[in-house]
Amino acid sequence: MNIVVLVKQVPDSGTQRSLDPSDNTVARAGADNVVNEIDEYAIEEALTVKEAQGGEVTVLTVGPASATDAIRKALSMGADKAVHVVDDAIHGSCAIQTSAILAAALQQMEYDLVLTGATSTDGQVAVMPALLAERLGIPQVSGAQKLTVEGSTVKVNRQTDGGYWALEAPLPAIVSTWDTINEPRYPSFKGIMAAKKKPVETKSLADLGIDPSTVGLASATSSVLDFAGRPPKGEGVKVNDEGDGAQKFVEYLASQKIV
Amino acid sequence: MLDYRLDEETEALRTTVREFAREVVAPQIGEFYERDEFPTAIVRQMGELGLFGLPFPEEYGGGGGTYFDLCVALEELGRVDSSVAITLEAGVSLGAMPIFRFGSEEQKQRWLPRLCSGQALAAFGLTEAGGGSDAGATRTTARLDGGEWVLNGSKSFITNSGTDLTELVTVTAVTGTRADGSKEISAIAVPSGTPGFVVGKRYSKVGWNASDTRELSFTDVHVPAENLVGERGRGYAQFLSILDEGRIAISALSVGLAQGCVDESVRYAGEREAFGRPIGANQAIQFMIADMEVRASTARLAYYRAAERMLRGEPFKREASIAKLYSSEVAMDNARAATQVHGGYGFMNEYPVGRFYRDAKILEIGEGTSEVQRMLIARDLGVG
Repeated sequence: MNIVVLVKQVPDSGTQRSLDPSDNTVARAGADNVVNEIDEYAIEEALTVKEAQGGEVTVLTVGPASATDAIRKALSMGADKAVHVVDDAIHGSCAIQTSAILAAALQQMEYDLVLTGATSTDGQVAVMPALLAERLGIPQVSGAQKLTVEGSTVKVNRQTDGGYWALEAPLPAIVSTWDTINEPRYPSFKGIMAAKKKPVETKSLADLGIDPSTVGLASATSSVLDFAGRPPKGEGVKVNDEGDGAQKFVEYLASQKIV
Repeated sequence: MLDYRLDEETEALRTTVREFAREVVAPQIGEFYERDEFPTAIVRQMGELGLFGLPFPEEYGGGGGTYFDLCVALEELGRVDSSVAITLEAGVSLGAMPIFRFGSEEQKQRWLPRLCSGQALAAFGLTEAGGGSDAGATRTTARLDGGEWVLNGSKSFITNSGTDLTELVTVTAVTGTRADGSKEISAIAVPSGTPGFVVGKRYSKVGWNASDTRELSFTDVHVPAENLVGERGRGYAQFLSILDEGRIAISALSVGLAQGCVDESVRYAGEREAFGRPIGANQAIQFMIADMEVRASTARLAYYRAAERMLRGEPFKREASIAKLYSSEVAMDNARAATQVHGGYGFMNEYPVGRFYRDAKILEIGEGTSEVQRMLIARDLGVG
């Protein structure tokens, strides 16, 4: 069983994040860059499947050279090897362009099951699994809260607002995971020490046969035109109770269409 | 060449332990502390992370790291809670280290894999009611009788000696009299549960309340002769030889507490409002926190320096004493300042700084008091 986990490095969602004002892309310099939190659940699920059935877990990431930190985290958790697509021309790529890069990389790899987090905490576009399923011509099951592999079938409980759908798909397939699916392990010290000896293959756009002019900010299908910080919280409305406080309060709620 | 950047693996270890401490330890340790309860499940998880095996070679189930890696882990744990940090420190420095340094190959094969994985804990029984660092005051005895050691006596303040995970206590005992009339002291491994070996109740302590500290008594306890750890008559000398590195570990733990005080104070100063603005807008608060950070940062350099000399195989006795003395006093100073920043809430157990305040004092006492450190430093300088 060959499992590929798609991992993205993002600025830590628990810290102050920003866009780079020079080209409105995610500001990575100076940010605390980590593995996209929901991807850690996909890594854990891949390791769980591997531990139950045997096989190999490969991490695939598209990102700048500094994304090796995210790769190393995945390897220290227990993934076996990694493929890192790094090329300056990729900077500012939209989701559709990135999916072309990931699909080209996957086509050069052997995979039975592709796992990834359901969304990333920076772009929050959440379409990558669908885009890849389309490009690769394989089934997609999104939003898994439970996953089992039986023979050449993957069975998934897909999380919904009211419960779950029980779905299954033939392998190879791509499945995205939610943070309800497991509890990601911490890397052990042995895992950390072992990670530095695990193979990381670096690939450029040329290695993938992709024309650099088809990716990157200049030819992106969508890009950020402008951005602004969240407006500071307003002063609020003070209601002086002169015997009609409740009345004024209800009027305010009604004016805001809260009641 | 001066370079105190950590290598990639140690940095990754620091990040992992920091996340573990914040996500796993911080949310639940307060309740264990209040109940005076040893957090067995947390300690097991620390074992799964490989923390108990950090400085030991892989052939015995260790992680193949360095003693400095252990210090970094202790600092990150201590930043959130000292009880789990001292459990790790004692488990490695006092529990497993004597077996690793002085034990026979058979003893190492038998004990170390379980100790390194954190599945089992070992303790070191040195201190007695009649004296701590005074070897001559040892009253516990062990005599050879038909291929077995027979132990009688008692030990005080023994960390990790009565947990659900404890499987072994290495005990120092008088095994005879030297030609000069002084006591011959040896170290003997006593497995938990050996008949006659009674583990007393947990002490009621001012701090470190979620760590396990007990009184032990031995009444005609029989263990095989091969349970002698190291050389006969070298029990105390062996202990002294691992004391210096233990001081670096306590220094790292102290730096963690001092830094934890900064973390909590920065957070509180930004959140707590008085007279319409955060208290951090007041210069009195800013200066207190700045001073706390200065102390924590300089204390960290002191333990890095001692560890660096130790890893290079250079003498580090003075540097270890400096680091231990300075960082334990810094921990106490920062705990006092952080409690002050928190005002009335600093006196409430539900805030971590209350725990820090109670945990800081023992750092100036354990592993050699501040007075002992000053004496050692002065002696090393040729004074007195």
